[in-house]
Amino acid sequence: MDLSAINPVVLIASLMVAATPILLAGMGELVVEKSGVLNLGVEGMMIVGAVSGFAVAATTGNPYLGMLASIAAGAALAAIFALLTQVLMANQVASGLALTLFGLGFSALVGQSYVGIVPPRTEKLTFGPLTDLPVLGRILFNQDILVYASIALVAAVWYWLRATRSGRVLRAVGENHDSAHALGYKVRRVRVLAILFGGACAGLGGGYLSLIRVPQWTEGMTAGAGWIALALVVFASWRPWRLLGGAYLFGGIMVLQFNLQAAGLRIPVEYLAMSPYLITILVLVVMSSNRARSSLSAPGSLGRSFHAAG
Amino acid sequence: MLRLEKRPSPSQAWNYATPVLAVALTMVAGGLLFLALGKNPFEAIRLIFWDPLFSEQFGAYSRPQLLIKAGPLILIAVGLSIGFRAGIWNIGAEGQYIIGAMCAAAVALAFYPTESFLVFPLMIAAGAFGGWAWAMIPAILKTRFNTNEILVSLLLVYVAEKLLAAAATGFMRNPQGAGFPGSRNINAYGSASNMELIANTGLHWGGVAAFIAVIFAYVLLQRHILGFHVRLAGQAPRAAKFAGVAPARLVVMCLGLSGAFAGMAGMFEVSGPARLISIDFNAGYGFTAIIVAFLGRLHPVGILLAGFLLALTYIGGELAQFMLGIPGAAIQVFQGMLLFFLLALDILSNYRVRLALPAQKGEAR
Repeated sequence: MDLSAINPVVLIASLMVAATPILLAGMGELVVEKSGVLNLGVEGMMIVGAVSGFAVAATTGNPYLGMLASIAAGAALAAIFALLTQVLMANQVASGLALTLFGLGFSALVGQSYVGIVPPRTEKLTFGPLTDLPVLGRILFNQDILVYASIALVAAVWYWLRATRSGRVLRAVGENHDSAHALGYKVRRVRVLAILFGGACAGLGGGYLSLIRVPQWTEGMTAGAGWIALALVVFASWRPWRLLGGAYLFGGIMVLQFNLQAAGLRIPVEYLAMSPYLITILVLVVMSSNRARSSLSAPGSLGRSFHAAG
Repeated sequence: MLRLEKRPSPSQAWNYATPVLAVALTMVAGGLLFLALGKNPFEAIRLIFWDPLFSEQFGAYSRPQLLIKAGPLILIAVGLSIGFRAGIWNIGAEGQYIIGAMCAAAVALAFYPTESFLVFPLMIAAGAFGGWAWAMIPAILKTRFNTNEILVSLLLVYVAEKLLAAAATGFMRNPQGAGFPGSRNINAYGSASNMELIANTGLHWGGVAAFIAVIFAYVLLQRHILGFHVRLAGQAPRAAKFAGVAPARLVVMCLGLSGAFAGMAGMFEVSGPARLISIDFNAGYGFTAIIVAFLGRLHPVGILLAGFLLALTYIGGELAQFMLGIPGAAIQVFQGMLLFFLLALDILSNYRVRLALPAQKGEAR
């Protein structure tokens, strides 16, 4: 095997690309969970976002319209989840699973006629002389717009949850919905909005996969990215900046794993391809083993449905 | 204004009515879906739900298929339902199914070509053990490290799929297979073959196991203290703790049981209808079984009926694909919608929907 074939600069630049889908989806789920709702349908919303974005981009020739379609599709699927869990008081775990099962089938159905098509290219941004800088230029100043947008999203969510009134209301609703209700906050409305936001983020993450990362449509192409995003939220202890770090760590593992395959490591491809999932499990174990700490950082009302009595 | 009023205990009548209503609504929504695909909805629904059973043209082929497809679905769903009742979510049955099949195939391949009546029971044990062991990973991580069993069991499905691919192309590949992926044909190896027990019924040992599992689960839930603990933990976790139910033991028991059942389902499949270990051996039974468990209201007898219905959608779906060119994925959408409607209608058994005028200002309630 030839390790010199792996260029560290290209590796870092591409790990940011690899991390962006799970970062976007994870950020959405973080907000949802902060509001006290557990939406296990991330995988389903991602793949529906992936296929919708791809279809619109391939039809119109404009990748940015495709991204908007991804957002809309993810939010639309999330609206079903909101209807089930917030209005019809259905079990959140089961509803999330339903979303994933439905999304996988729906995307396969819609995507049939788009297999094997190349989507319109999304140009990377350039910043004049900055892009020509030796190492940093390639890593920091030559990415596509969504890489920057995803980092901006982390900053925005962090600031919003921490320093704005509406962000604090959301956290209050997630920590203790009965108290929040008693204070006059609209628990259900806050949660529905959070769920829609989470769906939009997951949809965009899926769109990023099919439009930029891969870029192609294949059935079941998210391959567990939604579940990894869910695990990432636990890994990050529900903190935005840690989520960014975690996403880039996973991006690094995925990219490295591909590079090792390409470099001809003498391990069958299947075992290398297992590594992201195994490492996700390992990380989950480490993060949740400290009972006191993990129960402190999880939102208090996570996964419990709210029904105002009387 | 509609107002929801929580029922003190779930309505029994709605408990039976909602699955039926959900199926009916799914047929309507599915019809609209087929209409959107440019197909005749009535013909499509008839092809899926009626023709596999009663058509003279297709019935002879389709009827045995019903038991072949329903067997694994019921066997897996019965195992899952016990955990679901206790609030323990094993959603990685697909992975346990794959590992069970691989362990059973390993036993068969190790003994090949020895003919002995011991091989088949040994394979069943290996299949159950494989599924059990794979399910023990989330169980132990849950009890020892408090790790979320939903995420771990699901992530292990992807790991199992990669292992399956490695087995089919590597360590289990047929040495006489001219380099093609896939193991030896286990179904053709007499001692390991899971044959049809009664000609043209589709009943093989997997179907028998499914029926036994239904009876076993019924007795466990209704007559045994463990079943009582499972139900108690699901309905009133605090009360369960006071009653001395050890949560860790319950997690190990529920995950282990569902894993063993899923593993056995994999064993019967690889030695029967699937015939060998191949890359695309798993067909999503582990996920569809989740829908079966919910449609059957987590009750063994309900699951038996639900298993046949979902099996029918598989067979009818193939028929509709063949006759009308309806894409196979449409059936997956159909199954997903069924779960949506089921969950949505659950509100009718848990809440009373009241027509209420908006309360007047200042009026004390």
